[in-house]
Amino acid sequence: MKPFSYQRATSSADAAAAVANTPGAKFIAGGTNLLDLMKLQIETPVHLVDVQDLPLDRIEDTADGGLRIGALVTNTTLASHPRVRREYAVLSRAIMAGASGQLRNKATTAGNLLQRTRCPYFYDTAMPCNKRMPGTGCAAIAGYSRQLAVVGSSEACIATYPGDMAVALRVLDATVETMRPSGSARLLPIADFHRLPGTTPHIETNLAVGELVTSVTLPKPIGGTHVYHKVRDRASYAFALISVAAVMQPDGTGRVAIGGIAPKPWRVEAAEREMRRGSKAVAQRLLAGARPTKDNAFKLPLVERTLAGVIADAAGDA
Amino acid sequence: MYRDGSDYFAPPVPQSNTEDGAEAMRSNPTRRTFIAQTVAGGLTLAALEALGPEAALAQLRPPLDADVPQTDDLAALEQTMQLSLMVNGEARALEIDTRVTLLDLLRERLHLTGTKKGCDHGQCGACTVFVNDTRINSCLSLAVMHEGDDIMTIEGLGSPEQLHPMQAAFIKHDGFQCGYCTPGQICSAVAVLHEIDAGIPSHVTVDLSAKPQRSAIEMRERMSGNICRCGAYSNIAEAMAEVAARSA
Repeated sequence: MKPFSYQRATSSADAAAAVANTPGAKFIAGGTNLLDLMKLQIETPVHLVDVQDLPLDRIEDTADGGLRIGALVTNTTLASHPRVRREYAVLSRAIMAGASGQLRNKATTAGNLLQRTRCPYFYDTAMPCNKRMPGTGCAAIAGYSRQLAVVGSSEACIATYPGDMAVALRVLDATVETMRPSGSARLLPIADFHRLPGTTPHIETNLAVGELVTSVTLPKPIGGTHVYHKVRDRASYAFALISVAAVMQPDGTGRVAIGGIAPKPWRVEAAEREMRRGSKAVAQRLLAGARPTKDNAFKLPLVERTLAGVIADAAGDA
Repeated sequence: MYRDGSDYFAPPVPQSNTEDGAEAMRSNPTRRTFIAQTVAGGLTLAALEALGPEAALAQLRPPLDADVPQTDDLAALEQTMQLSLMVNGEARALEIDTRVTLLDLLRERLHLTGTKKGCDHGQCGACTVFVNDTRINSCLSLAVMHEGDDIMTIEGLGSPEQLHPMQAAFIKHDGFQCGYCTPGQICSAVAVLHEIDAGIPSHVTVDLSAKPQRSAIEMRERMSGNICRCGAYSNIAEAMAEVAARSA
């Protein structure tokens, strides 16, 4: 790792200001993704602002019947929370489908949202990568792209957002609350949190420099059958080839978001209007404009078939 | 040919009287004179012999790049901090570089080498330890982030004289072959039973409203962050099943 200085923040506003005022500074919480990348010198912060002491580790009911999840709540704590298990089960399922017990014990809600891609060319510092080194090109497009994006990608980048939790948050219409370096709070719908790569794949979210995620809020529960179906190369502890987060209602309507196919959790509200016409109709709208490579074209039928299974299972449960 | 036009294969050009240099080293070799003279004249066998084997080996390390900061500058770059924490019930206080991971602190500074470094990237679980009674990958955590924390390693879990029941069960069921992943496996195995008992669900928990059980499938799923290259998985599962049945 490159040398860096370190401080423990005592308030969200101080933490945000410290990162905003120190070029090359980053927040650190669980560290499970950042330290991995620092060891490979893909991330080289000169200063770390440790936010672990901030009072952001609580899960609280909101006035309108929803749930506010502090940014520092660990994956394990969130997935185990009684209301999450009962009323937002797709979130519990998505978290438990990711990583390992050790990592979930350390990984935080905000850190998981900010998890960076697992594209092998992003990780290989000997290769060009527009996300890691803007302007160097994308080695993945003509390279080994089996894991990578089929939709929402660009000529500059076909990396996927790798996480599971955010796919469930997208289907639940979560809102991300932040603290800006000025000390003011801001609300970002989860749909607007992650960006598509376009010509700037190194800019992955709409957060400003020094803007700190403080909590994630879920609206009041919508009932239904909650499903998270993850398809991967082994039964546990592997990133998704594709994943389907769904909340299905007894009348056959429902919401669905897909993981592992795009630079952000992929949800197309217009596609959900096709739900009662079946998986093929939904997948067609959901994957409109897809530009797969030869290696990852299999993801398109895989989304449709997994979705068919999810719809059938939900109907069986209802 | 290099980009500056020089030849890859040309021998180094002596820039000083190497015989005088060698003579000086034979009479009174120091690190400083040695480096000055070998850099100027290239390393000779005579020079290595003059130093004796240990010092000679030290000098054979790859040369530092000119633009990499040297000794004094490196000290300035190094950011150190004071750290106090509990390790296996003992209070420890020391000064460490901010880059030191909890794993390296345990192994390199506190000489608790039971905890193993496998991948060093959170993929294999060999470095699993308890922090405040929760298992984590010690390779993906900075030591400075653990001020005031209570760490327990495999050495704290049991001793050869007084084995933890999980350690005894691993021996009885042959839950290892080479043994490298074993400390991490045992720490995880102990934690898995606690996590099931605490009601934490898993990927294979069918009913999220029910309390998870100490079943074989629950234990196997929860051990997926610990890789064993020898493939001792079925014996590890048997060791866990025995402890799970006994203490449930």
